[in-house]
Amino acid sequence: MRLKIPTNFRIIRVPCSGKVDIIHILRAFEKGADGVYVVGCMEGDCHFNEGNFRARKRVEQAAKVLDKIGIGGDRVKMYNLSSGEGPLFAQYSTEMVNLVKKMGPSPVRLARQRMAKKADAA
Amino acid sequence: MIIAEKKPIEEIIQEVEAYDRILVLGCNECVTVCEAGGKKEVEVLASVLRMNFMAQDREKTIDEQTLERQCDHEYLEEIRDVIDQYDAVISLACGVGVQFAAEKYMTTPVLPGVNTVCLGANEDRGLWTERCQACGACVLARTGGICPVSRCAKRVLNGPCGGATNGKCEISKDTDCAWQLIIDRLKALGKMEDYEKVAPVKDWSTDRAGGPRTVTREDVKI
Repeated sequence: MRLKIPTNFRIIRVPCSGKVDIIHILRAFEKGADGVYVVGCMEGDCHFNEGNFRARKRVEQAAKVLDKIGIGGDRVKMYNLSSGEGPLFAQYSTEMVNLVKKMGPSPVRLARQRMAKKADAA
Repeated sequence: MIIAEKKPIEEIIQEVEAYDRILVLGCNECVTVCEAGGKKEVEVLASVLRMNFMAQDREKTIDEQTLERQCDHEYLEEIRDVIDQYDAVISLACGVGVQFAAEKYMTTPVLPGVNTVCLGANEDRGLWTERCQACGACVLARTGGICPVSRCAKRVLNGPCGGATNGKCEISKDTDCAWQLIIDRLKALGKMEDYEKVAPVKDWSTDRAGGPRTVTREDVKI
């Protein structure tokens, strides 16, 4: 298909979106990610019946907690598409990257950078 | 098992604000099963706290550990060697675990990370309901295995009261009338004659009314 997708995100493959737990999402943010999006199969089409519903719940949990600590719940999103929808994946990726760009870097990433600078100066 | 629920994160943040080295301590028993204070919840809480303080440029050490139980000396001893490295411990165990840890480590503040709710059952995924109030004198043999102490809002021992409507309690349309359940079960067991027997006055001294309770078993003491 040779579709154009942004290059500034990393794809982490999981056997089913239901494998994604809130801690995986939080760890990504802790390590400095500006945004996380989970892409699961279409709702109702999960091979394991409810994997994508579980994923959505966890994304919601993560969003809630990120909001509470001022990082921004909008930085985490759940998308659904079927495995044959490459163009839609490209579209969602661009959408997410633009959304995150609009929000700017995550406060955790900025803090990490400041910490690194301080360590360098010392 | 003991049912607990996570405390709001804002409350925990406020409690630990003043401490720089914090240990988040989970428990592998009841609170793991009710998904409030097991290893997973410890990881999540520690991660959230780290991010919260990091974003505020406050350097804090937030470590994680989960013990088999926090209501036993044996397991709580496992942190004796490391406890001095921390200014405070957030225990995700039930109130028993928090207190036992606090008693053991007199000079380290032990803060609760969960609210202990009741003794209950895992009725459905994400649904825990009360089944026992540890009154200390079980009447289940007489009530068809349904507890009027924990499940009747009035703790009526010869029920139902006049507030039951269509099998529901007057406190809420979602709450079953315990006595309706008892009667249904006694009918199913063919033991309705038990219902006719008037329960004697219950000795509440074995409940909280008699103060904190202890169980001493000379036969298992060493």
